[in-house]
Amino acid sequence: MTEITSLDSTQAAIESAAAYRPPESMTSLVWRRFRRHPGAIAGAIILSIIVISVILAPLSPYDPLKSDIKNRFQPPSIEHPMGTDGLGRDLLTRVLYGGRISIFVGLMVMAITLVIGIPIGSIAGFFGGWVDNILMRIIDAALSLPTLLVLILLSALLRESDLPFVENNNVMTIAFVIGILAWPTVARLVRAVFLVFREMEYVTASHALGASDFKIMTGDILPNGFGPIIVEATLEVGYAIMEESTLSFLGFGIMPPTPSWGNLLSNAQEHLSQYPWLAIFPGLMIFFTIISINYIGDGLRDALDPYKVISTLEE
Amino acid sequence: MSQYIVRRLLQAVPMLLILSMMFFFIIEKAPGGPMVALSRAKRIDPEVREAMRRQFGLDQPLPMRYVIWLFGNDWMTVDTDGDGLTDSYGTRKGILRGDFGYSIRTKKPVLVEIGDRLGNTIYLMTATLLVTGIVAIPIGILSAIRQYSAFDITATTLSFMGQAIPEFWLGLILILIFYATLENPFTGEPLFPPGGMHTIGEPFSIADRIHHLILPVTMGMVGWVAWYSRFLRSSMLEVINQDYIRTARAKGQNERIVLYRHALKNALIPLITMFALDFPYIFAGSLVVELIFSWPGMGRLYYSAATSRDFPVLLGILIIGAGIIIISNLLADIGYAFLDPRVRYD
Repeated sequence: MTEITSLDSTQAAIESAAAYRPPESMTSLVWRRFRRHPGAIAGAIILSIIVISVILAPLSPYDPLKSDIKNRFQPPSIEHPMGTDGLGRDLLTRVLYGGRISIFVGLMVMAITLVIGIPIGSIAGFFGGWVDNILMRIIDAALSLPTLLVLILLSALLRESDLPFVENNNVMTIAFVIGILAWPTVARLVRAVFLVFREMEYVTASHALGASDFKIMTGDILPNGFGPIIVEATLEVGYAIMEESTLSFLGFGIMPPTPSWGNLLSNAQEHLSQYPWLAIFPGLMIFFTIISINYIGDGLRDALDPYKVISTLEE
Repeated sequence: MSQYIVRRLLQAVPMLLILSMMFFFIIEKAPGGPMVALSRAKRIDPEVREAMRRQFGLDQPLPMRYVIWLFGNDWMTVDTDGDGLTDSYGTRKGILRGDFGYSIRTKKPVLVEIGDRLGNTIYLMTATLLVTGIVAIPIGILSAIRQYSAFDITATTLSFMGQAIPEFWLGLILILIFYATLENPFTGEPLFPPGGMHTIGEPFSIADRIHHLILPVTMGMVGWVAWYSRFLRSSMLEVINQDYIRTARAKGQNERIVLYRHALKNALIPLITMFALDFPYIFAGSLVVELIFSWPGMGRLYYSAATSRDFPVLLGILIIGAGIIIISNLLADIGYAFLDPRVRYD
């Protein structure tokens, strides 16, 4: 009798062990949720296509800078899928090279906003008091600036400068100028995370165990903000691409002959009725890139939301 | 309440001061500031240059120049002939008394230049915001009360598209479609004018004005309609799930009254704060619209001042713009406190 019972229980133990699934990792959970967002998947696919073709731009048989006057203003055709511009340059090639610049600016701006925004937001949220007060005043002032006007002003000033690293309004200057105005959004977000978590009991416990402020900030509190920070950083890339293209369109961003999606459009208005392809294609690239980024951001927001992740676990 | 308003007003003053200092320092100290133009100008004899520096007051220390810029120099003696000795009272009144200096390009007072254009920008912005509200609010409400319906899904998709379209490109495409391609079937003329505020040389008519407004307003509003309809949708959804809405329904209240009197009123309140936060972008966004549709407003003035490095005009517009933005923020805060009794004034 006893033997049988023990056998039974062994059997049950084996069965339950077989039924046991190891807890799913965070990454695979987030990925599973992200996959369910059709817009985010479509965005990821379109963005990958754009990024890969932009990387492969040098494979194009045409030169992005060399003019070919015989072939100026060719409408779209097999040889020139997007037509040619006023100097006979292949527009598709220029759009791909322009994409390298525009996407690079987007990523640089993201990096700059994170590098400035995370420390400032952490310090303001963690220490509170007068530190927070001063930093918040600066952030408020920066957020109440008409961004585009200030960007134009800074760009007009830097264009004339003798400083070596800003010569000719190069790509880094533009990224720097956009980034310097964009970090307050990240700082405010990080501060909000700190305000919520610094009062948590485990943080008090960490203090009691003698952890340094720096350790608590980076190890205990900041990781809670990874979700929203990743989402914000993603959207920031799209925002920066938009700002860069507007600035370059206005003639205050990336300077020709270097192509960027914005400056490809800057002469398009005068030729609008005769050569509409010059206006259509670069704009479509900006549109598809930004809408993909926004959908990916939306998918990440859903996928990284801790409450939703928990409800998936319970399903 | 009035105490709250006074305190908020007092808070706005240091904010404006900080901003004005920022602008002043950017322009004075940045590479390529007004001094560069002077020092690069051809070959100027060093002595002459020193005299010019004294005449322009550039020999003064930076904080003093800021004070002069702010309060003017008609209370102190200045060196008008540049010989190193102060001889007569200055003539500048400072920006606090409305003296923003003279435009380098047109030699007219900055304030006159701005005054000529300000009305046109306000006219365009008011029209844009009005239409934005008229379009975005019904879309937001319908999306919320028919969540996940075909209408809601379409509106969501369109809103994503609206937020991703570069504003300037939308303007180009509008001109391409409605000016360069489509024709008025009766007259054979382009369907809409490609720019300007009214037909030049024709007497004032409201129809003509509206005709010229449609494309710029469409260009300016698409992004904002996309954004505000989403915002109102989520704000409305949040309110609809509140207990007091369930109570109102439970007591047998008419559904229309529940939605429009109880829910919508509360859902609109956060929109006011959002609007105040967005105001700087709306203000700056009019620059692109004005440029594409040759609208004679502040944005275009700013653009041409930036192209010709006319710093007094740039600074004047930035200061006045920052002032408008801060005041609108203030009004929004006060409106919020007034509309939402849960906000404490301390």
